[in-house]
Amino acid sequence: MSTPAASLQNASLSFGNRVLWHDLDLQINPGEFFAVLGPNGSGKTSLMRVLLGLQPLSHGTAQIDGRPVARGSRDIGYIPQQKSFAPGTPLRARDLVGLGVDGDRWGIRFRSRGFRRRVDELLEQVGATSYADAPVGLLSGGEQQRLRAAQALATDPKVLLCDEPLLSLDLHHQQAVSSLINRQCRVNGSAVVFVTHEINPVIEYVDRVLYLAGGQFRVGAPEEVMTTEVLSALYNSHVEVIRNKGRIVVLGLPDATTHHHGAGQDGEQ
Amino acid sequence: MDFSELWGAVFNFQDYAELLPLVRNSLLAGAVLGLVGGMVGVFVMMRDLAFAVHGIAELSFAGAAFALLIGANVVFGSLAGSVVAALIIGFLGVRARDRNSIIGVVMPFGLGLGILFLSLYQGRSANKFGLLTGQIVAVDTVQLGLLTGCSVFVILALLAVWRPLTFASVDPELAEARGVPVGKLGIAFMFLLGLAVALSIQVVGALLVLALVITPAAAALRVASSPRLVVLLSVLFAMVSVVGGILLALGGRIPISPYVTTISFVIYLVCRLVGGWRQRRGLDRKAGPALPGVRVTAGVERQDPAPAAKTALRERPNP
Repeated sequence: MSTPAASLQNASLSFGNRVLWHDLDLQINPGEFFAVLGPNGSGKTSLMRVLLGLQPLSHGTAQIDGRPVARGSRDIGYIPQQKSFAPGTPLRARDLVGLGVDGDRWGIRFRSRGFRRRVDELLEQVGATSYADAPVGLLSGGEQQRLRAAQALATDPKVLLCDEPLLSLDLHHQQAVSSLINRQCRVNGSAVVFVTHEINPVIEYVDRVLYLAGGQFRVGAPEEVMTTEVLSALYNSHVEVIRNKGRIVVLGLPDATTHHHGAGQDGEQ
Repeated sequence: MDFSELWGAVFNFQDYAELLPLVRNSLLAGAVLGLVGGMVGVFVMMRDLAFAVHGIAELSFAGAAFALLIGANVVFGSLAGSVVAALIIGFLGVRARDRNSIIGVVMPFGLGLGILFLSLYQGRSANKFGLLTGQIVAVDTVQLGLLTGCSVFVILALLAVWRPLTFASVDPELAEARGVPVGKLGIAFMFLLGLAVALSIQVVGALLVLALVITPAAAALRVASSPRLVVLLSVLFAMVSVVGGILLALGGRIPISPYVTTISFVIYLVCRLVGGWRQRRGLDRKAGPALPGVRVTAGVERQDPAPAAKTALRERPNP
């Protein structure tokens, strides 16, 4: 069997007395679309920080492509939540993508031609060529998120980490961005770890789900995990899961959480 | 004083040819300082540190006043005060809100100290005034060497960290994910900013430092968005302001700072006008809307402040 793109062995994470998750064993394979779901505070973002090498585990080990996680690894592409740039930011779309290519290198840029070609390629890949020279501050959230995808793909990563990349995008851009991420997964064989509140916009792509809630977790195919029995057990209270035309609706989540599965409307969250 | 006397005090080009060689070194130093101010200013704008620059300048003033009082090198005093202030702000004010309150606390203390030292000082009163309003023409050759050396150091250090500092300034979250030492670069930049402010103070004085460190960069940002062009313009504007200021001030008996600040302000005004014109003409979005309908949907995206809350209401089961 090939090396897993990302793996956790016996991993636990706690802050003081608060245990986010423990004894988590995961193997995410190349070309797999892996969704991470759960309410706020269940440790989804922390899991992402562990894989980025920014957050040490309390117990266990984490590996990327068979090697221990390391800060600044070029095997990882990261797409953060959409956050608008100030209108005066002195960057054009191509400069933002360029930072993904070599923004972590010291000094100033000298060899310009190869760099330019790479940036053009990436812009083309995410369909952003037409606004390549526009200032990032003037772009819409969806356009900016495409550039984020281009930045993340810049190093041809083994693992693509996406932290709620669709948040605050409209339906049209949600579809565009998620299909882009899926293409990287299927065509180039990157593993995708997709943290989200809302599974419906990506339900057709997801291979497996990790559901984190109340210090517990469940891993499996969406149809195994997203069921009334499993979620009720995780939340320790009755939760109703309804399937409708390929969409999943979760009703009756405990009030303490802000976890939502849109009622059949993947256009909004 | 009638108008022609006033004019003669502000602009006087008699004996200009004889005067010019005397200030050759000052012009050179001014050009290098313009280079520093223009480069640093771009990062100051990206990192939103305008207020910090002002705070650093006041402590730098205190340091210079103390040096004047004890008869030490004023440039050294100014550098020491500046760097201490910059590092305090850098270490204690990582988040923007903390930073502003710390600057607000440090600034009046520095200014108070400066006034104390100046009141105790018994020497020439022109020296006192020079600290607040600039004095480069009075700077001697030794100090000019010091200024230029420090400037070259700041420029080289900035070039060494240019890319990661840009990344960390405009996009800290992603930069951190990519392994850029965001926090350390922040501190390193504050140190360089401290040096740059102390250097600029020698030209325009503690009160007017912003004209050299902020105004040129702010003007450049109005008319350009390509990072290279922004830096080039910012440096150009700063150099034109300093060198132009020295040249205009040469014959008159007024300090150079009003000339420098006025030139830099006029450049800013022109850039604002040009920037507004560019925006109306839509020149900033060269290719026009990327996709049909994208500009329309962009508005919708931003108008929806709490999408999660909405869905929450919608999906609550009816009682």
